Amino acid sequence: MARAILLRAAASLMVIFGTMALVFVIVYMLPGDPVYQIVDPESVTPDVIENLRRQLGTDKPLAVQFANYMSKLMQGDFGRSILNGDPVLPKIIEHFPATLSLTVCSALFAALIGIWLGVLSAIHRNGLIDIAARTLGLFGISMPTFWTGILLILLFSIRLGWFPAMGSDGWRTLVLPSLALGIVASGFIIRLVRNSMLEVLGEPFILTLRAKGLAERMVMYRHALRNALLPALTMIGVLIGDLMAGSVVIETVFSRQGIGRIVADALTAKDMPVIQGVILFTAVMYVLVNLLVDLSYAIVDPRVRRLKSGGGRL
Amino acid sequence: MKQPLLTADHLSVQYPGKNGLLDAITDISLHIRTGETVCLVGESGSGKTIAAKTFMRLIDYERGRIAAGHVQFADQDLVRLTDKELRRLRGRKIAMVFQEPMTAFDPIFTIGSQLIETILRHQRVTRQEAWRRSVDLLRRVGLSEPEARMHQYPGELSGGMLQRAMIAMALSCSPDLLIADEPTTALDMTIQAQILQLLKELQREYGMAMLLITHDLVIAAEAADRIVVMYAGRIAEQAETQDLFREPYHPYTKGLLQSITAPDSMRKSKLYSIEGSIPGLHDMPSGCRFHPRCPHAVERCRSEVPELTGLNGRLVACWRAEELRHSGNVQARPAVIEAEPMTSERKETLIEAVGLSKWYPLKRGTGGKERFIRAVDDVSLAIRAGETFGLVGESGSGKSTLGRVILQLERATKGEVYFRGEPLTQLSGARLRNMRRHMQMVFQDAGSSMNPRWKAGDIIGEPLDVHESLSRKERKARIEELLQIVGLSPDMADRYPHQFSGGQRQRLGIARAIALNPAFLLLDEPVSALDVSVQAQIVNLLLDIQERMGLTYLFIGHGLHVVRHLSDRIGVMYLGQLVEVADSAELFLHPAHHYTRALIASIPHPDPAGRGTARVIEGEVPSPAAPPSGCRFHPRCPAATERCKLEAPELQEIGPGHYAACHFPA
Repeated sequence: MARAILLRAAASLMVIFGTMALVFVIVYMLPGDPVYQIVDPESVTPDVIENLRRQLGTDKPLAVQFANYMSKLMQGDFGRSILNGDPVLPKIIEHFPATLSLTVCSALFAALIGIWLGVLSAIHRNGLIDIAARTLGLFGISMPTFWTGILLILLFSIRLGWFPAMGSDGWRTLVLPSLALGIVASGFIIRLVRNSMLEVLGEPFILTLRAKGLAERMVMYRHALRNALLPALTMIGVLIGDLMAGSVVIETVFSRQGIGRIVADALTAKDMPVIQGVILFTAVMYVLVNLLVDLSYAIVDPRVRRLKSGGGRL
Repeated sequence: MKQPLLTADHLSVQYPGKNGLLDAITDISLHIRTGETVCLVGESGSGKTIAAKTFMRLIDYERGRIAAGHVQFADQDLVRLTDKELRRLRGRKIAMVFQEPMTAFDPIFTIGSQLIETILRHQRVTRQEAWRRSVDLLRRVGLSEPEARMHQYPGELSGGMLQRAMIAMALSCSPDLLIADEPTTALDMTIQAQILQLLKELQREYGMAMLLITHDLVIAAEAADRIVVMYAGRIAEQAETQDLFREPYHPYTKGLLQSITAPDSMRKSKLYSIEGSIPGLHDMPSGCRFHPRCPHAVERCRSEVPELTGLNGRLVACWRAEELRHSGNVQARPAVIEAEPMTSERKETLIEAVGLSKWYPLKRGTGGKERFIRAVDDVSLAIRAGETFGLVGESGSGKSTLGRVILQLERATKGEVYFRGEPLTQLSGARLRNMRRHMQMVFQDAGSSMNPRWKAGDIIGEPLDVHESLSRKERKARIEELLQIVGLSPDMADRYPHQFSGGQRQRLGIARAIALNPAFLLLDEPVSALDVSVQAQIVNLLLDIQERMGLTYLFIGHGLHVVRHLSDRIGVMYLGQLVEVADSAELFLHPAHHYTRALIASIPHPDPAGRGTARVIEGEVPSPAAPPSGCRFHPRCPAATERCKLEAPELQEIGPGHYAACHFPA
């Protein structure tokens, strides 16, 4: 088991390293000299430009630039913003908690709604509840987040005045953006849990449970759901990525602080080091979450546990 | 007479289908008394499992509905019970054991927690008490180290062990009625005998009534007090076991009994078979549902449904039962097996395997030596042209792997295979592909060996497309000819696999295998998945084709009698090794290896008079990843000595053409 975890962690490190390299290459290949983002080439002497290049290190060959970039990353130096010279990493770390709470809240919301409706859907297969839940799921998947966000603002803050439409102070500001993000993800989870439940309910062991005289509640929630959640778990890892990506839009719609907002601002200003930093940071988070999901899989499912430790029967 | 524990009275059950309701079972009446074993015998589609589920009202979950009739259990009307009352009954008064123990447990809970869950559901005891009781039960059903088993997950136990655990779970609340739905069908022969014996012991001990559901009349002969034969959702006949076997009244029962491959059948003779196949739920014949397949059917059988009526202390649903009774005994068979004259003319060897091994690497932790599953381990054998070589052994014995390695479908780890003297193991690419036309295979599950989106004609025609360049007309003619050879009509070429019945699909599989006029066919359990009444048809077809085309067969089977019937010589495999090879009759008359003896002894007798003669060997097949030292059979062998633990016996000739790998052959 320990060996399996180590292997998996090593694989994750490789992914992170690959992401670093990829981000570097993408940024390097982008057209335009970063120096021109700082100064206007028309109004300064070539000396100044040359000097700036030396400062940024862009005058060196690609391999050297890459080595510099990597070695700085290893030391936790994500570079500085071109716009105002602030170091990138502290800025990300400062704004990360806001995004984290948004992501976690919307994931919780999505999982709660998704699993609940998914199970109901499967139990009342082809019934009214099933059709309603599936329609809801379809809406969730089809509507763009900013649109959902705007609708929510219209209804709950402008019409009803229950929650604030913007800001990032206090839990009340978290409700609407989490809903907007979570609705999309819950659409996926409803479908997934429903299919997975239906599959499990067709397994012979369900008949055994019923023949033992167990209450339907036990059959559904203690046995069927726990089996059905295994495939859903993987999906949740992937969804976390979607949610983080979605925060770029949602934080703007709701004028929230957060790294999504930082990216949005950096994009308009073409502030490459910041974009680079955030992409990298998000990628690392994503890899970590999926590593955790994989490990929890092994804890939840005895079959995976046995497989990984190499024992068991054939 | 005691009051029956369970009574079904003119019971009919319907299921919703695409075009309205389908009758799954129609007008069933039967009863079971305390302490009695009743066997419900029938082939697939006979409604026997649905009947059992109805007795627990488990059909409710499948949208099944009791359309008519009553079911009475003790003093309760099962039809009227509420969900809550039913749940109090299930698992406590009526318990069920299922066919496939591997899928009947929730895979993510331990055996212990699933047992305890059942006890806590029905009895007011503490968790500790439930735990203690579960351990006792596991010990009672013969599981070693019951405490350790409690902590194990279903995936960690073998099928036989799981079935024991399932029985323990069913008994956990001392039910009055135990329903066992094909409890031994998914298990190996030696395990089958163990489980059947365990069930009988426990029934006596607990004083339960038992409803045993099986497709196998031989198992019914072994266990039942009374047998109820079902066909296409109706009861055909009901009688005491002795009576039924002595003289079946219903033509279907007669047919079933005759299609059992007996231990004393004339080898290679045509088996009795019931023509046609079982009707589906949506196309039930009118009148007596058996009439399209019945050799005695008259006009009345086509139009009027025969009622189940009493006749000499039994019940039979046949218009002509009375008059047919006097028209001849069905069980006229020679009673003794005689050694057949040895075929002395030594034919040329077609296929020879020398020191053949197939090892699969097993992934293991760091550092340790690489380990292997020795699926086939140093097997040598020769198959002569025109003969049928039978291969028997339990699951994990490596018989299927051996077959596939001989055919080069998997490449050997070590050793050689020669086909007409040519070393196959050294061929590859086009030369190997060219050799393949001479060696073909028939699979156990014909359906899954065919592309469901291809038409039958194209499935049969594919080998022709690969190896021969025929014109469209020639190809069509050849396909029609092949269909006719295997007993299908030429116009079926345009149908898809799912439009054929199980037996017809296997005929298609055979047609595909013989399309290129091969010299050699590998038959990997070709009849195991088929219904009893259809098995005989396929066996006959295989015999027929062999004679017509001069084919050589390697027949892999687990039904010992079928293998005996078809084979000239038989090889017995145990844990990847060939432990005995002998002429087919000789092997059954004078089995030398103690494993072969155990296998033969574990066959239930197809005659209730010989009941209880089946001897049971202990234990299960060990893992092929860690085979026992010395003789691999020694931990289970009654004759094992110290020498067997240390020294692996070689395959030696102990009589003319009779080889055994045993230090102390019987």
